[in-house]
Amino acid sequence: MLRDITLGQYYQTESVLHKLDPRVKIGGTLLFILTLFFYKNFLGYLAAILFLAAVIRLSHVPFSYMIKGMRSILFLLLITVVFNLFLTPGTVLVSFWKLKITQEGLKAAVTIALRLTMLIIGSSLMTLTTTPNNLTDGMEKMMGFMKIFKAPVHEMAMMMSIALRFIPILLEETDKIMKAQMARGADFESGNLIARAKAMVPLLVPLFISAFRRANDLAMAMEARCYRGGEGRTKMKPLQYKKRDYLAYLCMVGFMAGSIWLGRLPVL
Amino acid sequence: MSIILDHVNYIYGGDTPLAVKALDDVCLTIPDGQFLGIIGHTGSGKSTLVQHLNGLLKASSGHIYFDGQDIYEKGYDLKALRSKVGLVFQYPEHQLFEIDVFTDVCFGPKNLGLSQSEVQYRAYEALKSVGLPEDLYYQSPFELSGGQKRRVAIAGTLAMKPQVLILDEPTAGLDPRGRDEILDLIKKLQTESGMTILLVSHSMEDVAEYVDRILVINKGSILLDGVPREVFRHYQELEQIGLAAPQVTYIMHALREKGLEVDDSVTTIDEAVDQIAGLFRR
Repeated sequence: MLRDITLGQYYQTESVLHKLDPRVKIGGTLLFILTLFFYKNFLGYLAAILFLAAVIRLSHVPFSYMIKGMRSILFLLLITVVFNLFLTPGTVLVSFWKLKITQEGLKAAVTIALRLTMLIIGSSLMTLTTTPNNLTDGMEKMMGFMKIFKAPVHEMAMMMSIALRFIPILLEETDKIMKAQMARGADFESGNLIARAKAMVPLLVPLFISAFRRANDLAMAMEARCYRGGEGRTKMKPLQYKKRDYLAYLCMVGFMAGSIWLGRLPVL
Repeated sequence: MSIILDHVNYIYGGDTPLAVKALDDVCLTIPDGQFLGIIGHTGSGKSTLVQHLNGLLKASSGHIYFDGQDIYEKGYDLKALRSKVGLVFQYPEHQLFEIDVFTDVCFGPKNLGLSQSEVQYRAYEALKSVGLPEDLYYQSPFELSGGQKRRVAIAGTLAMKPQVLILDEPTAGLDPRGRDEILDLIKKLQTESGMTILLVSHSMEDVAEYVDRILVINKGSILLDGVPREVFRHYQELEQIGLAAPQVTYIMHALREKGLEVDDSVTTIDEAVDQIAGLFRR
């Protein structure tokens, strides 16, 4: 069950998108998300959907695989849509009992659903096509200017890459401990809220202990290899922009300008 | 009173491109009171197989019968099944969580809904049977040594009084002495209580001396199945899948090739000693 979470996971395959510089992908994703909030009509969204579809096609990541990761946030999406649908005041379209759907509400609900879905697909596309190491490398480089303010950029990037690396490991560990306790008759699924919270103790205590043990081991292993922070540290493969990266930036800016122009045309 | 697996298949990862077939058409009957060794190298599907036996994993297709009842039938009590089929996971000490050893062993029987006195009686009995010194009963489980922790974890399962005890790599990460102690303990449990025992391992040496029957798993299906002597006769096949027969098997084969008249199907060191001593006596 825990295996189904694809958000923040890397999908190994060959594609142009996988080869792009991580900075392009991070920047592109941020720009894409930003663009989503400039549209005033549905033409803009249509353009964004088409663009996203094209990029997904380029990435060679199966669409069904991405959708599986969406399941976990379906609930959040549903709540947002329902609230927007029923609680926006305006011209009433349909009403029954105390609930009424307004024209504005309908528009707001569709807009928010589109934005959220594309936001999540867009950012998961970035993590699916970039290895966690590359991702933090890119971030470290992009945040490089913060060093002027004495911000520990390298340390933060390292912390993030370790955290990302540990997500699947801890998920697997949770699964294992859960099974081990279930084999001893533990029940995680029935009972009221308090009973369920209590049932988590046999899961959480071993999980924390194992997380600390792993952290300890990792710290030891890093020190044994003379890790001492970012000062004076060089990279084996420094990030370097290539021709395709500039092209990707160009595409991104072209998409932004075009779709915002479309999205602000006085239709719908 | 037995476990029957009927054409069991299991696929990890459903219908994603990452799907892996972990069990491939496994048919198996485990009679009562047998000491069965399950052998295969890492990733062969042996752990997946044993997790089916107490319903932690559900087969993608096929049936499993325990005491003649289909465990996938609607309304079958899986919780009751888990108390009858005790499963001790790999590195079971990672499941310990209570403030002291005794309370941790109580966790299993307490989940069965037994009375307080029965729970404590069973916990005491289980700790006694794994041979843990009594002065450790009220210590934190995290202060014990590796071998002691493992005993506690095994006791935690024994306290549920299972009819079948499955141990997944119970000797992993232990030193030779700890390993022998755990294996002797398991053998003792089997002879004293008549429990059915399934011992999962990748080490032939571990298994050869103790079990009645060996099951060799490779790529999710059963490759060999029989008494140790029978299975080790196929030592060349075992090597091909990355396993090895016990060292004595190799010695006896080498002696035989040199023209000495020894029985090359022996599997334990004691038997081998007898054979070689027999040569000198002649």
